[in-house]
Amino acid sequence: MNVTMNVNGKPYTRDVEPRTLLVHFLREDLLLTGTHVGCDTSQCGACTVHVDGEAVKSCTVLAVQADGMDVTTIEGIGTPGDLHPLQTGFWEKHGLQCGYCTPGMIMASAELLKHNPSPSEQEIRYHLEGNYCRCTGYHNIVKAVQHAAEIMAQGGQAGGQAADD
Amino acid sequence: MTGNESRTDKYFGQALKRKEDPRFITGTGNYTDDIVLPGMLHAAMVRSPYPHAKIGGINKESVTGMPGVVAVLTGQDIADAGIGSIPVGWLLPELKTPAHPAIALTEANHVGDIVAVVVAENRALAEDAASMLEVDYEPLPSVAFAGAAIAEGAPVVHDDVPGNVAFNWEIGDATAVQEGFNAAYKTVKLKLTNQRLIPNAIEPRASLAQFTPASGEYLLYTTSQNPHIHRLILAAFVMNIPEHKLRVISPDVGGGFGSKIFQYQEEVIMLLAARLMGRPVKWTARRSEAFVSDMQGRDHETETEMAVDKDGKMLAFRVNTLANLGAYQTLFAPAVPTYLYGTLCNGVYKLPAVHVKVQGVMTNTVPVDAYRGAGRPEATYAIERTVDAMAHALGEDPAEFRRKNFIQPEDFPYQTPVALVYDSGNYEPALDMALGMMKYPELRAEQERMKGSNKILGVSVISYVEACGLAPSALVGQLGAQAGQWESSLVRVYPTGKVELFTGSHSHGQGHETAFPQIAADELQIPIEDIDLVHGDTGRMPYGWGTYGSRSAAVGGSALKVALQKITAKAKKIAAHLLEASEEDVEHENGVFRIKGAPDQSKTFFDVALMAHLAHSLPDGMEPGLEATAFYDPKNFVYPFGTHMAVVEIDTDTGKVDLRNYGCVDDCGPLINPLIVEGQVHGGIAQGAGQALWEEGAYDEEGNLLAASYMEYTMPRADDLPMYQIDHTVTPSPHNPLGVKGIGESGTIASSAAVANAVLDALWHECGIEHLDMPYTAEKVWKAIRDSRAGMGQAADD
Ligand code: FES
Ligand code: FES
Repeated sequence: MNVTMNVNGKPYTRDVEPRTLLVHFLREDLLLTGTHVGCDTSQCGACTVHVDGEAVKSCTVLAVQADGMDVTTIEGIGTPGDLHPLQTGFWEKHGLQCGYCTPGMIMASAELLKHNPSPSEQEIRYHLEGNYCRCTGYHNIVKAVQHAAEIMAQGGQAGGQAADD
Repeated sequence: MTGNESRTDKYFGQALKRKEDPRFITGTGNYTDDIVLPGMLHAAMVRSPYPHAKIGGINKESVTGMPGVVAVLTGQDIADAGIGSIPVGWLLPELKTPAHPAIALTEANHVGDIVAVVVAENRALAEDAASMLEVDYEPLPSVAFAGAAIAEGAPVVHDDVPGNVAFNWEIGDATAVQEGFNAAYKTVKLKLTNQRLIPNAIEPRASLAQFTPASGEYLLYTTSQNPHIHRLILAAFVMNIPEHKLRVISPDVGGGFGSKIFQYQEEVIMLLAARLMGRPVKWTARRSEAFVSDMQGRDHETETEMAVDKDGKMLAFRVNTLANLGAYQTLFAPAVPTYLYGTLCNGVYKLPAVHVKVQGVMTNTVPVDAYRGAGRPEATYAIERTVDAMAHALGEDPAEFRRKNFIQPEDFPYQTPVALVYDSGNYEPALDMALGMMKYPELRAEQERMKGSNKILGVSVISYVEACGLAPSALVGQLGAQAGQWESSLVRVYPTGKVELFTGSHSHGQGHETAFPQIAADELQIPIEDIDLVHGDTGRMPYGWGTYGSRSAAVGGSALKVALQKITAKAKKIAAHLLEASEEDVEHENGVFRIKGAPDQSKTFFDVALMAHLAHSLPDGMEPGLEATAFYDPKNFVYPFGTHMAVVEIDTDTGKVDLRNYGCVDDCGPLINPLIVEGQVHGGIAQGAGQALWEEGAYDEEGNLLAASYMEYTMPRADDLPMYQIDHTVTPSPHNPLGVKGIGESGTIASSAAVANAVLDALWHECGIEHLDMPYTAEKVWKAIRDSRAGMGQAADD
């Protein structure tokens, strides 16, 4: 069946099997492989994307459920020349090692910062409870999110710094 | 632009942010499952639901008509193709190694063993058909635990391993140990279980193979920590492919922790399927498959005994271990509970006598092999738990008891009674720094204050030493390794002065693409932006042995250093020639080659690189080009060490353990990049704390995995862990050109013991509990407190 959605600001229509998960639609139909799959029980958060502005585990949503919606993935949140403050934060604070959990971590953290621009350490840890990282022990992920919050407090915007200039 | 900007800063030691990160933070990494080849098919595994079963008929026709199904492969197809058993890479004397076919032919030996494979047009269709395939199983008696597997009349896993014992191994002098016990003032004895762990790198394993009939060439993308080892095993032992016709690429890999070292069944299957189908074939594990097919870790049942004299000086340490190997032996499996474990059971102490006996036992469980630390966390746990028990028995402070038994700085190089020669060490400063950093006396005072309340405090101080960068090759060969343990590096300078480094080492999170160029930028005195590292592709690199055992910096980094020295030696000759000076009069400083005393007469690295390639004016007889390869075989292992401290708070009403603080002082020699080093320590601590507090690859006694998804296997999440306090001492290794040791595993090697000892410190102080096995779940701790209080009778009820 046909699904149509805006992904990272671009409209796409594809014919998919009804059982296709959003994450597989993104990875296999749109070749947006930045969104990862780490489990089959909705527990690792590697697949986190934004659907109509909310962080969602895209392995837990059917592509057809996102029909007509706006989806943002890690590829749409910033570019190498124009990083999102969270991307800068993860880079500056060594918030990643293998990088596999990172897109999900960044997308989940983006939602936090949207609602809570200066979260405490405990609020960050609590908010990221749905995202596994096996490499970093979370220490630098907390620092990365704090760093991003500082950048944003100083005027760096979520959603692409230069893009909004 | 051409050439190199001049630079004066030093890169080694700087906390540079990583060069590889832009692709990961923008979602443009390239992991195996991201790769799509034209015409690609997908494979799904049919895995045994039984721990042990005879495979009767497999009815291929039951699925061949299903949509998209291209083929069904069974053990018979593997046998018909003449494909060999997956080999064991480390042989012990009289080791029994049962056959390990890529697809089980007659018998499945653990839940998850592959019995058939469906290849189809897409993954969903392959999985649909795999779930429908008719397989006749005849369940056989099975056994999961090592102790049960060696009992009289236990089910036999493999007929050619009678009694399920794959090896008996020992090290050290049993008589000397007995003499120590005969002379003892005090002895303690512990029974310890080091539970089964499941590595769980967040990227599931994946493989994608392609075959080109016209040339006979194979291409395999796979999630490997060591692509050359994969190629060697596949070519020489399993598939009988000429080695040069197989290219193995391990692209971005989402964590390994040991679990991606081994040659797995699925890689063999993908290569065969690609050849038979004439199309590329991909398989990506689901997490639920990973739980029953990734090699698992630990699983020891151990008895330890320690003897001390009346001054509290250690006399002897005795260890007896049953190591559960699971259903097959994989690449390093026999080495992990022997040479990587028994040899480390001396710890940081001046122990006159140590004896370690290990029995390797086959069971109907997923195979056990190297998992982060591989043998060394088990050794640290065995010795450091026992040391705490002894400190309690003597009524001594655990930190001071350790201190007075430390090997002293002047004792290095130190020959232990269990074969190793520790290269360098200075254990007391790390201990003192850790005690100061964590405010140890205050913690003990706080513990006293909290005593008797419903929140009790536990504090641990453990000191560890580990051995990494296994070497030299001749020695590991004598010990049974079927591989060399050197590393190679190629440095290629282009005419524009830009540089590519190639290493046989592999990064799957360790930051090689930053740390290796840091080493090179200093040696070549050019900006780090002009240098990139290439790794993970047998088609592009010289030979190598990959990344495991914290060997990348010490062995791979050293190989790079040697290759770089060859480059600068040649560059200096060219520069001298261009400056019309003698080589002795030329110095390489501040990014230029210049005549001593005449600083305005100089040549840049770019000038030299260009001339090396133009070859218009080179010294007589010199070959053009500027490229060097080094093969570096270390003289010894390296021995990082340090002190770790954990602080836990236990709620005695619920049994819940809260890891409140964690601090450590590690010594890995000079730090190439402190940011990366600290990241490695953080992650290591989390994994070890995970073992101590939550993780358990629990099986029932027949071998059904009870913790088979993230719903039952509890890994630490962000809100389970504190911020860590980290510091370092620096004691260089005397025998490699960088002085570096390893840091990839130290955190894990130390932290399970540190967190365990903190929990037991609380329980011992509060209710005299001497030992409890990991993981310290709320239920287990609550029960232990309740039972001990019941045992104490009246007083506890007041
Ligand atoms: S893939 Fe693990 S939560 Fe979605
Ligand atoms: S960086 Fe590897 S899982 Fe988080």
